[in-house]
Amino acid sequence: MKPVQFDYVRPRTVEDACGILAGDMDARVLAGGQTLVPMLAMRLSRPSVLVDITRIEALRGITLTDDTVEIGAVTRQAAALASEVIRDEVPLLAKALRHVGHPPTRSRGTVGGSVAHGDPSAEIPLVMTVLGAGIVFTDDDGEEEAFEPADFFIGPMLTSAPMGGLLSRLVFSRRGSAPTGTGFREIASRRSDYAFASAGAQVVLKADGTCAEALLGIGSVGDTPVAVDVAGLSGTRLTDRDIRGAVAEALEDLETVDDLHATARYRKRAAARLAELALTEARDDALEQAG
Amino acid sequence: MKTELTVNGRTHVVEIEPRTTLLDVLRDGLGLTATHAGCEHGVCGACTVLVDGEAVRSCLILGVQADGLDIRTVEGLTSGDGTLDIVQDAFCETHGLQCGYCTSGMILAAHALLRVNATPDEEDIREAISGNICRCTGYQQIVEAIALAAERMRTSNVLGAGEVVK
Amino acid sequence: MTDPGRRFVSTNRRVREDRRFVAGAGRYVADLDIPGTLHVALVASTAPAAKILGIDTTEALAMEGVVDVLTGEELSAGVAPLMNGLDTPRVRRFPLTVGQIRYAGEWVAAVVATSRALAEDAAEKVRVRTEPLPFVIDAETALGPDAPPVHPEHGSNLLLDKTFDWGPVADDFAAAEDRLSLRVTWGRNATVPIETFGVIARWNPWDEMLDVWASIQMPKYADQIARALKLPGNAVRVHYDVDVGGSYGVKRGIKHTVLVSYLARKLGRPVRLIEDRLENMRAGDAQGPERIFDIDVAFDRDGTVRSMKMRALDNAGAYAGRAPFQLGKPIGAIVGPYRIGSVQYRAMSVTTNKAVQEAVRGFGQAPTNYAIETMMDRIAAHLGMDRLELRRRNLIRADEFPYTIPSGSTYDSGDYHTVIDKVLAHADYAALTAERDRLRAEGLCAGIGIAACLEPSGGNSSFEPLLNENNRTSTWMEGSRVIIDALGGVTVTIHTTSSGQGHETLAATVVGEELGIDPDRIRVTRPDSLSSLPGNSPVGSRMAIMLGGAAARAARDLKRQLVAIGAHAMGIDPSEASYEAGTITAPDGRAVGWDELVDIGHRRFHDLPPGTNPGLAASFIQQVPTGVALPEDGKVQMYPCYSFEFHLVLMAFDPVLAKPEIRRYVIGHDCGTVINPHIVRGMTLGGIAHGIGAALLEEFTYDDGGQLMTQSFLDYLMPSSHEVPSVEIVHHCTPSPLTEFGQKGSGESGYLGAPAAISGAVQDALSPWGVTVDKLPLRMSTISDTIADAETAA
Repeated sequence: MKPVQFDYVRPRTVEDACGILAGDMDARVLAGGQTLVPMLAMRLSRPSVLVDITRIEALRGITLTDDTVEIGAVTRQAAALASEVIRDEVPLLAKALRHVGHPPTRSRGTVGGSVAHGDPSAEIPLVMTVLGAGIVFTDDDGEEEAFEPADFFIGPMLTSAPMGGLLSRLVFSRRGSAPTGTGFREIASRRSDYAFASAGAQVVLKADGTCAEALLGIGSVGDTPVAVDVAGLSGTRLTDRDIRGAVAEALEDLETVDDLHATARYRKRAAARLAELALTEARDDALEQAG
Repeated sequence: MKTELTVNGRTHVVEIEPRTTLLDVLRDGLGLTATHAGCEHGVCGACTVLVDGEAVRSCLILGVQADGLDIRTVEGLTSGDGTLDIVQDAFCETHGLQCGYCTSGMILAAHALLRVNATPDEEDIREAISGNICRCTGYQQIVEAIALAAERMRTSNVLGAGEVVK
Repeated sequence: MTDPGRRFVSTNRRVREDRRFVAGAGRYVADLDIPGTLHVALVASTAPAAKILGIDTTEALAMEGVVDVLTGEELSAGVAPLMNGLDTPRVRRFPLTVGQIRYAGEWVAAVVATSRALAEDAAEKVRVRTEPLPFVIDAETALGPDAPPVHPEHGSNLLLDKTFDWGPVADDFAAAEDRLSLRVTWGRNATVPIETFGVIARWNPWDEMLDVWASIQMPKYADQIARALKLPGNAVRVHYDVDVGGSYGVKRGIKHTVLVSYLARKLGRPVRLIEDRLENMRAGDAQGPERIFDIDVAFDRDGTVRSMKMRALDNAGAYAGRAPFQLGKPIGAIVGPYRIGSVQYRAMSVTTNKAVQEAVRGFGQAPTNYAIETMMDRIAAHLGMDRLELRRRNLIRADEFPYTIPSGSTYDSGDYHTVIDKVLAHADYAALTAERDRLRAEGLCAGIGIAACLEPSGGNSSFEPLLNENNRTSTWMEGSRVIIDALGGVTVTIHTTSSGQGHETLAATVVGEELGIDPDRIRVTRPDSLSSLPGNSPVGSRMAIMLGGAAARAARDLKRQLVAIGAHAMGIDPSEASYEAGTITAPDGRAVGWDELVDIGHRRFHDLPPGTNPGLAASFIQQVPTGVALPEDGKVQMYPCYSFEFHLVLMAFDPVLAKPEIRRYVIGHDCGTVINPHIVRGMTLGGIAHGIGAALLEEFTYDDGGQLMTQSFLDYLMPSSHEVPSVEIVHHCTPSPLTEFGQKGSGESGYLGAPAAISGAVQDALSPWGVTVDKLPLRMSTISDTIADAETAA
């Protein structure tokens, strides 16, 4: 299990990296390498050159603006998990990051790498889908192009990443001051495996304790993570019955796939169960904040 | 490609083919065979080393990527004169191993944990080694070893006992 | 646990091997740096069955670093076929296939280059032209008259079909008040060590010597290499001082070894093949049993089990090898720990287009135990009886030992009822049951699993002559040598490799016990195979009994020599002298110490008793305590010693998500006298972890196209520290009357009953719906879908 021969470059700027990528169809970006290197080892990926972007300072770090949290693409997952800014401002992402791989893969794996790979069972893309976070690419002229998750994740390991562009940062909205509860659940054979089904939820409460906004997303069951419409929960008190009803209705047409480890119909039931659990967790979290 | 590797405090300038993993560089290039190949695709954890103090799979880093990073292997835990460090000794005390093949990775995963958590509970320990597969022990004696090492570090009067990786 | 009369045996001493391993100083085969070594990569077939029309190596041979490309055509002309356990001479197997591909991943050619990466580069350029052939994956399909034969020359896919009738089966069935039938399936899994198999061979043409270093755990390895390469036995030297990174049965890379040995001779350079994980999974020929059990059982309404008919159909994969013998070992404990008066057993092994099966921990006993224990649960359910009560009623009682079972083996000792009582008391069974019911009331599925089973130990090989009449094996000996050097140091030798079992600690402990010397002062070495006494490697839970026996007996011989020397020096009869901790004492208090004894033994022939050889050395070759006879009427004494284990598990899971979680795991374990408690505990805990994998996670799954879908660790799922719970062990000790210290085997403990217990817990959890899942591994989606179907049906 040794990779094919390739070249390796370590540019210091986004422009240099984009220039190399634009000039060679078989060039591949290397970030944390936690997914790419196994594919190299199995010779499933056969690049001409690897462009290591992890030393580009502009791509690293977590920045707080007036209304967003921006995460540089090569920020390590472990750093994101340890970030107080993310914990306070994007709590759903903080919860999901605990489920990403193991400590030794999180210490190298990058937040951007997980998004660029586009695995339908990956946690970070699911969170982005739930929250409608922005995915920003930069090209060699420094031009930026932003994508919505729904437009970006188009199939299993398939994204609409622009040719010659580099994923530079992810943009999340900061949570508001109203009680904002989050829930993240997934199920797999082993805790750290690719999930059979996963669910992320966020609810915001009004001052009277009713639901102002409810967001839900399902991952791992189909070609891409999907945002699921549970807007019907707005105005309710998010009782167990409300949640169960909304989930049942929202997931009725959910498309799921069969594979070696789980049947499609299992995935469908599991998605609903996890959705209920995630929404319930989010509600309880919000209620606790509301006191 | 010329690469500067700092391994166990010593800096080596080595010529590395880009496709060679850090695991193979350590074993074949530097003769540091305490780091073992298990799956070569990042699942089993046998090849775990410390990079800047954190546990990392050396089969998932190319040697050229390790340029300038601080790498530690089991060979760097002691001076090689037959003395063991606290974690190693704890593994012996509880028999936290059998065939020894996953042991280097387990010990380094334990170091990575104990560096940031002096009082790990069982769940912390199990999480810290969850990326390291052991087929011999069923993990229990490993968990006991790491708990014992943590206890000994906390109670040791030896200067720097808690800073096992210097 | 310590016997007051013993100083070292059964005490909690550190395991001496651990020091080098924690220091990263183990010496595994891939660590060896032999100058000039060439590397092998394999060309693997992509089709499950195909005729090979041609192999074009031109492009590969022209590539950088490539030294040779070997095909099966050339290799098979130079070596003999690999050993075949059964009498199936037309099922021939070579390291590289000849003419026909029989499973996806099978080795078609080997590329030799100056580095592994270059060898892999060139392996991609070997062009294999093939013509597809029909293939068969499923064992039952393979039995059909229209099934494509994997070996057309053999005539069918049936390798073995042997029916044994032990006792009055028909009469017992006719007389029994009730009966039932069941089918359970054991999925194809294996122990999958974290170190893959590896081997290095070096040929020295001036000495005409083949040196082999390998990650091996295999009986008669050197003999098999010599036979295959048509070399004299003393031209093969296997180096046993190689640490093996886990095996649990499967490290038997004879095909790898023959391949690199041939290449080493041909090329005049050392050659190494270290499997990568893909090679290991798909073509390491190290997948385990895959077995369908069909059982009819006859019993009375009070729960007394009278007779059992068991058919075991095993999917051997593409070649015979030694794997079909795994249907044979369970004959030695075919009734488990129960008094079942008669048994019919039909053992069937078929070839299919899957990878070759190899020995796995327990050698077929774990699947059989799973079948027997599931049967016991079904009888209890059928009769509406408590599962424990049913077992208690049928268990062999302590006063019945030695107990001979219908298939001819005599169980040495045991006290099964007491072990069970101790476990139930420890776990507070009533509270455990209440906890299960509380979990159910919370809406969870919850169940208690129990399994009572045996670990036959002592590694006899009587199943060989039983299943193959041309095989006349009636010994499976193990040797050890103990010497005291001229400075008084004691050295013990082990004549095999070890893969984590702590044999050095074992040997030092028993020799220390015999000689009354601190085991830490005893050196343990591993000579190469040409300097070794005969042995059969650590298989079949045998080393505590066999190596422990050999080392103890050699040490006792030395002690006898020391006593004779000391007595002679004091002018007394040896029978009057006493030995303690290396000093010989006369009744009147005079004594001769260790240094003096050593000095006499090594330097002063004139002070030796008449007729005594100088030098202090002793060897002993231990015969299996009970292994003397060949089978008669399909009956034979199988293993000498029988350890007992009783598992009690509480599991719970959400009925939709169906991820079985172990809430409590208690095991009662009786393996007689424990030599080193740390080691036995580790074996048991590790065995349970393997059992959890077999029951819930691990399977070599092939798709309809004959492709292995679980080639990587992303799909072949082994339990991590999250999936294996803390386990409580309840000890009991019923010494074996047959062994030196009363020890029995423990190398397979835990694994032999865990799958049965875990399955039992899941079935108990499903019982409110009246459904079962009868195939391991118990996949989450299968459990959940089964519940959903039951709810739809209701």
